[in-house]
Amino acid sequence: MSGTYLGMPAFPRAADVSTRDTQLRANLTHATHTIRDKRAKAVAELDDWDQLRAAGAAVKDRVLRRLDHYLEQLEAAVTAAGGQVHWAADAEEANRIVTALVRETGEREVVKVKSMATQEIGLNQALEDAGIRAYETDLAELIVQLGDDLPSHILVPAIHRNRAEIRDIFRREMGRWGRPAPEGLSDSPAELAEAARLHLREKFLSAKVGISGANFMVAETGTLVVVESEGNGRMCLTLPETLISVVGIEKVVPTWQDLEIFLQLLPRSSTAERMNPYTSTWTGTTDGDGPRTFHLVLLDNGRTDTLADTVGRQALRCIRCSACLNVCPVYERAGGHAYGSPYPGPIGAILTPQLRGIQGPLEASLPYASSLCGACYEVCPVAIDIPEVLVHLRERVVEGGPVTRGGTRTVVKPAKGHAAERAAMRAAAWTFDHPGVLRRGMRLAARTRRLHPRRLPGPGRAWSRTRALPTVPAESFRDWWRRTRGESPSGPTGKRGAGE
Amino acid sequence: MVLGRVRRALAEGPRDAGRDEPPVVRDYRRVHGSRTTAQTVELLAENLVDYRAVVHRSDAAGLPALIARLLAERGARSVVVPRGLPASWLDVALAAGSGLTRVADRAALTPAELDAVDSVVTGCAVAIAETGTLVLDAGPDQGRRRITLVPDHHVCVVRVPDQVVGSVPQALPRLAPDRPLTWISGPSATSDIELDRVEGVHGPRTLEVILLSVSGEPG
Repeated sequence: MSGTYLGMPAFPRAADVSTRDTQLRANLTHATHTIRDKRAKAVAELDDWDQLRAAGAAVKDRVLRRLDHYLEQLEAAVTAAGGQVHWAADAEEANRIVTALVRETGEREVVKVKSMATQEIGLNQALEDAGIRAYETDLAELIVQLGDDLPSHILVPAIHRNRAEIRDIFRREMGRWGRPAPEGLSDSPAELAEAARLHLREKFLSAKVGISGANFMVAETGTLVVVESEGNGRMCLTLPETLISVVGIEKVVPTWQDLEIFLQLLPRSSTAERMNPYTSTWTGTTDGDGPRTFHLVLLDNGRTDTLADTVGRQALRCIRCSACLNVCPVYERAGGHAYGSPYPGPIGAILTPQLRGIQGPLEASLPYASSLCGACYEVCPVAIDIPEVLVHLRERVVEGGPVTRGGTRTVVKPAKGHAAERAAMRAAAWTFDHPGVLRRGMRLAARTRRLHPRRLPGPGRAWSRTRALPTVPAESFRDWWRRTRGESPSGPTGKRGAGE
Repeated sequence: MVLGRVRRALAEGPRDAGRDEPPVVRDYRRVHGSRTTAQTVELLAENLVDYRAVVHRSDAAGLPALIARLLAERGARSVVVPRGLPASWLDVALAAGSGLTRVADRAALTPAELDAVDSVVTGCAVAIAETGTLVLDAGPDQGRRRITLVPDHHVCVVRVPDQVVGSVPQALPRLAPDRPLTWISGPSATSDIELDRVEGVHGPRTLEVILLSVSGEPG
């Protein structure tokens, strides 16, 4: 791992490696099973969960249909409350804006609240290139940063590490970043959390610039909301003099009242708690309390391209709870890194190809990183029909078609690897249209069944590497029917009917 | 430019949007279950305890002695106090010879100075029973957000039943969006190591809640 997602291999290759990592598999199985059971209990406490879920989806859909309106309203409200709003079309522009804002303060260090948006744009690397050091302060993000690693889960980014690995990372690396790990640090989670508290406290107390994302932005009031557990978020949001929040444009909700839906849906879906330990809300700046300067960077980076796809846009409802990861049989076995982006699991499989486009090998492979079992849809608190979007994106990969990239409507060609699949489908369609051909083909297949290979040759090899070929029966169904009932299965029912 | 892209993206799809869009159906509950006022307070206490807050009960007469006891048991040498906290609450704790230093919440108090303070005593704006949540809105008896964050021991006084609501939907209308809010549900915690919950990371590791009974009290 090199701390960047650039040049990640396509999902099947990455998963081929990660599924053999027994330590990773054990860590993931333990963690995902623990959280999914807890979540089910937390959700069962509310007998109106389905209504909350429907309302959450409806509010988000409404936002998406009138996103321009709500963003303008948000900008006006934040500005009126003393904040400054910046717009970033892509990662590069967002990084440039944030870097310039940090430079203006004259500071060379910033403290960060865990934020998916800044992971997505690679902000830490951009800051480092500009000579600015960014300290991650969420415990899991700290583990990832100290380990020169990549996050593998939305909620618990270091889920792929167990306690012994974390202890080793702390012992080895903390001293290079600041206060070293205490002597004789054990692997008990309480001791590890204490080590992180001590290590980060000096950073919080001296930090002049904080960088965050946000879970929600309220258009009518200009209020931002950050939901967290440890208190590192509160530290970064209240102690520095300057606060810079980088937030995806889809995070806006229309009204203050709408928070009553999401502050019930998110904690129970995410950490499986009735409420997370800390939620901070702020509107612009407040005299004498918290940062004196507040910048809001509104990030597009593929979101408007996603919005242009009326089937795929539901992915923009996502509130980043990670419930879909914890129930996904593919995620549980492949792990988060195989998805090649900060958004792993089922939501990543539909979000990454839409944010980045489906032209790259990784992005084209992600819609296939699913068994379409639908567990993700079941648990999604905003009812994103992930299987529907997966199938939609598979069609786009195989058939090509119109998409929007960088704000421009364009037509993509079918992905290269799928020519054989398309040819096979065309041949199958023709065969099913010609019963005589189908019958002769099936008889031939039955008679040669001993000669069938276990793996397909040629272009079919890749397909059959991960699948067992079906065995061909000695007799086809059509022949069996004809032999036992003496009639053609596709023919008229004739004397059958009454009394049957 | 981003807004332009948004408009183009929406123009291309079927724009079923617009001015006359039907309102979002809000047929979820305003509160879960029906409870008397006393039962709602009881639920708050249960849920606070469930998330590892320590719950005490008091009336107005007993409050100063209770606060003094909690600070003494903690071994606190200093306590930060918001400007508008009723002075009588700390009468006993700060009595001559107690050895406890009162630190005023003021803008000039640096994070490092605050880090040397042992405890903080505040009121709250609203408490939510269903979730075991205390909401602070930086009001006069709660102070700046940082004072309930940096010290390791937070004593929060909730006036019951006045400040207690049943649910999140009942809490939001009582809160002003333009004030900086901190919603607190138990002491700071993490589940980042093997999804094993550990109480106490960066925020106060000990949260003590005093349910102050104000019923029957004049004013």
